[in-house]
Amino acid sequence: MDQVTIFLAAVLAGAAPLIFATMGETLTERAGVINLSLDGTILLAAMIAFAVALNTNSLLLGFGAAALVGALIALVLSFLSLSLRQSQTAVGFVLALLCTELSSFLGAPFVRVPGPSVPFMPIPGLASLPLIGPILFRHDLAIYASLLLVPLIWWLLFQTRTGLTLRALGERPQAAFARGVPVVPTRYLVTIVGGALVGIAGAVYSLDLKQGWSYRHTFGAGWIALAIVIFGGWRPWRVALGCYLFAALEILALRMQSVLPGVPTQVFQVAPFALMIVVLALVNLTGNPRVTRRIGSLPPGLRQPVQALVSRISAPPPAALGQPFERP
Amino acid sequence: MQSQELNLQPEPGRKQASGTWWATLRLPLLALGGALALTTLVLLSSGVSPLQAYRILIFGAFSTPVRFSDMIMLAAPLLLCATGLTLTFSAGLYNLGVEGQLALGAVAAMLPLRLFPELPPALLWSLCFACAAAGGALWALLAAWLRLSAGVSEIFAGLGLNFLASGLALYLVLGPWRRSGSASMSGTELLPRELWLPTLGALRLAPLAPLLALLALALVWWAVRQTRWGLQLRAVGLNRVAADRLGVPAQRRIAEAMAGCGALAGMAGAIQVLGVFHQLIPNISSGVGLLGLLVALLVRADPRWVLPVAVVFASFTVGSVQLPLALGVDSSIAGVLQGALVLFALLARGLSRRVTG
Repeated sequence: MDQVTIFLAAVLAGAAPLIFATMGETLTERAGVINLSLDGTILLAAMIAFAVALNTNSLLLGFGAAALVGALIALVLSFLSLSLRQSQTAVGFVLALLCTELSSFLGAPFVRVPGPSVPFMPIPGLASLPLIGPILFRHDLAIYASLLLVPLIWWLLFQTRTGLTLRALGERPQAAFARGVPVVPTRYLVTIVGGALVGIAGAVYSLDLKQGWSYRHTFGAGWIALAIVIFGGWRPWRVALGCYLFAALEILALRMQSVLPGVPTQVFQVAPFALMIVVLALVNLTGNPRVTRRIGSLPPGLRQPVQALVSRISAPPPAALGQPFERP
Repeated sequence: MQSQELNLQPEPGRKQASGTWWATLRLPLLALGGALALTTLVLLSSGVSPLQAYRILIFGAFSTPVRFSDMIMLAAPLLLCATGLTLTFSAGLYNLGVEGQLALGAVAAMLPLRLFPELPPALLWSLCFACAAAGGALWALLAAWLRLSAGVSEIFAGLGLNFLASGLALYLVLGPWRRSGSASMSGTELLPRELWLPTLGALRLAPLAPLLALLALALVWWAVRQTRWGLQLRAVGLNRVAADRLGVPAQRRIAEAMAGCGALAGMAGAIQVLGVFHQLIPNISSGVGLLGLLVALLVRADPRWVLPVAVVFASFTVGSVQLPLALGVDSSIAGVLQGALVLFALLARGLSRRVTG
């Protein structure tokens, strides 16, 4: 295997937890609910998954526990914001902090304890294919699942009737309500399913990618995932691209360290966050009247391509995102 | 996802019908009871006696003068952050970037200390606080600019800038400002003793820090509740579009609120450098900004309650430091209790809305 295939395989693996988290959040936000608790949810789910898998010696139970934790946190968020009409941002933020602290407290006995991990499982036959074999088919089950999840979520959102209803909840909940969709119960359901996927992301960290548990084990992953969903414009393929770009950047940052030994590691770790801000600014371009005006004043030859480029990059959020549902 | 759904202002039309003690105490009691129930459950699950843990959490900070002064030195920057957040919450903003604003303030406070160490201390401290306020305000204005001109939600702009600010602090500690000898994660060289904020005797309590915080709280209280500017700010927070139509310069007010919050958070950073750590460390904020957000959320940006809640939260955190030694459990239970209090306060508010509305 040459350098490039190793790199690409590492990117696919490294992005796996982010894929689970962002796909869960994409579903949730497409239905009009922001689950801002991601960072805490991933940490707590990672810790519980590790503890359960260690004590029961069953990886499956570990993953199940993680999904359950994610679903429960999403349920709390849904109850407080959808039923009791508290700000989704406030509830999500508080849950993020609370779950982070819970993971530190409950996880203290498990710090740096060796534990089980998802076994490596190359797919017979396919794994020996030239080029794509080592990139795609020499991973473990969790990573294969992440690869399948993206098309699945895309199919669900854009090729099924369910997906149409779900998107209507995020764009025009009143219209969906008028057509007989129970808005709040359906939002509950989607948020809980999305939360379960976010929880699984935690298990992918603690049982696979960063095996074990330590204080603040998944440094900032949840916040990154939230940003990637925006970067991806709430479209599964683009969100997945964001995850892979981010994973690639992280691996490159690690490599850069050996090239530039004078610069401390941690500086490279924050580099992606700078990129995140720039990218978020780019994504929001079309919503900005000043940009629209400036494009309008460009010479006609340039106007068309610039307009096309900007509308390609930018992606507006679901219209009813984060807003409480008012019965018409 | 912005201002309309924010609901931090007290609702004028919904006064309690009767003045009975139950009507006034119902919400706080529900929040407290729920939070204690959850925390007790967590404590029991790890085999600790909840009563012993609560005794340490609640009274630990008041047990000795040393701990009490630690508590004041945590409460001061916390109060500054929560006070600043009163401004941004009033304007309907979630300024999650407060951590980064504090860190940048701390970095800016280091500049005069490194450039003019020979100045008389009083002048140097004033310079430090001025630089820190400017640094924090600058970082906050960056987030405000991203929000107003580039359409990036202040939540994500703030979070991203937090990571950047902590990266900058880390870079300075390990790079250009490292101690003579080898770079170390433990921070820059300690400041010379005469540059530490003057303390009460041998205690770590530097009276200047809490005084500054109280002054800031009084100023913000007055500005938000008593001035036309504050009225406009709250109007923007309640409904930005309507405020704009009525001739309130909404963008200006938002930028001013952010800058004000950043300046106060920056000064909290200066306190961390001059009065608490006496050096720049990578994790200079130590979560004070996030704790400030919890305080501001719990009191719904009502300046009357900022001081008592900040003191109570600070005493939990300082009390919890003794937990690992006394009971052998992690100190993060203080964070669980603080988070649970805010979560159950939101729950109580929601339930009461449901009952009365």
